[in-house]
Amino acid sequence: MSLYSFGLEPLSCHAWNKDRTQIAVSPNNSVVIIYEKKGSEWVKIHELTEHSGRITGIDWAPVSNRIVTCASDRNAYVWTLKDKLWKPTLVLVRINRAATCVKWSPLENKFALGSGARLISVCYFEKENDWWLSKHIKKSIRSTVTCLDWHPNNMLLAAGSSDLHCRIFSGYIKDIEDKPGPTAWGSKMPFGELLLETKDCGGWVHSVSFSPSGDQLAWVAHNSSVSVVDATQGKEVTQLTTDRLPLVSVLYVSPTEIVAAGHDCCPFQFSYKGLGKLEFVKKLDVPKQTSKGSMSAMQHFRNLDKKATDDEINELGCLHQNSITQLCILAGEKARVTKYSSVGLDGAMVLWDFKH
Amino acid sequence: MLSCTLQSNLMEALKAVLKNPPINTKNQNVKERAEGLVLKVLSAFKSSDIEKAVQSLDQNGVDLLMKYIYKGFEKPSDNSSAVLLQWHEKALSAGGVGCIVRVLTARKTI
Repeated sequence: MSLYSFGLEPLSCHAWNKDRTQIAVSPNNSVVIIYEKKGSEWVKIHELTEHSGRITGIDWAPVSNRIVTCASDRNAYVWTLKDKLWKPTLVLVRINRAATCVKWSPLENKFALGSGARLISVCYFEKENDWWLSKHIKKSIRSTVTCLDWHPNNMLLAAGSSDLHCRIFSGYIKDIEDKPGPTAWGSKMPFGELLLETKDCGGWVHSVSFSPSGDQLAWVAHNSSVSVVDATQGKEVTQLTTDRLPLVSVLYVSPTEIVAAGHDCCPFQFSYKGLGKLEFVKKLDVPKQTSKGSMSAMQHFRNLDKKATDDEINELGCLHQNSITQLCILAGEKARVTKYSSVGLDGAMVLWDFKH
Repeated sequence: MLSCTLQSNLMEALKAVLKNPPINTKNQNVKERAEGLVLKVLSAFKSSDIEKAVQSLDQNGVDLLMKYIYKGFEKPSDNSSAVLLQWHEKALSAGGVGCIVRVLTARKTI
């Protein structure tokens, strides 16, 4: 694992390009900065400044090389690279509240946008008029949509919301694609159809993630719990309450293993092997071995004066010094992730290795 | 309930009082009575027995105990805070910060 600090500003979101040589991040303001890896340093190469509100979501489509960004100014833009510059195209999302999260679908022909307007906007490109159109999903959502994830079949969409529920909708758009086949979640899938609604999760749902096969859905909620719903087991929910601070981002790294991170500043591994068998495996951060070394008497008393302690090690025994805001797959396909990245409120990005 | 405490079978009393918490009722009186009972049982324990009692509870029990502890903090009386703090320390080591987070995020209060 390696840590890189992008400055002091908290990083709210990040996205990687296809070969992981470029990263798009937002330092908690209305600008997206793209850095390129040069040696062991990250050099700023582009700055995307179309938004007027704080950026809440970035997603980079690896194959088509388009970036979609959404912000609290109720807009979303799709950026395409033309002549080495990123050109924005406004997307007509038609929402009257801030956008909270955005995700490209697996085949990159559409993307979903969650918003505080209690709806999800699924947007696709219409060739005739050369613009991006959107269709709304409003059914039974009673509060802000906080997180989204697409099912591998490019049709189903999972959404977590601050009304304490997790839902799966159909995001099938008949203008641009063929009818989907039946899945373990249901067979009739007109656009906006609600295929699953879990009961009260106990807290705001912060993040959702489908398993590589799409048959399980994991989410983390603000009541410090991780839950998994299994389509192969009659859509039963297994919940595990942890004795730590709430987790904020969750990622499936293999058919059974889940990595989640949040306010405890380091990633944790969980394992789901069947109904009722959701377990905590281990903490994935190895605390730095601090060598006390030789501290001069001057240092010793200076520390006592400044910090009321003569320890010079940092408080938290982990790489990140503040909450982690987002996890992202770095290397390996969804069923066997070998590396993932995390960004946090401390302005740092850490690359982690995952051993199966 | 009274007979349990009279018999000094405090462990049983604790389990009994933590069963069926008044979560779904809107009746304030019911909630207050339940809280009063819990407080009585908690105060009846000897300091050295608190840890064992907490160990005997399952995860949900510890969460529920923590909710009652915080409710008790809201209306301090005589010696209640000191007793509650002792319980809080033991419940915290059993339930961790996650337990306290669940007290804060719970929509339906006891």
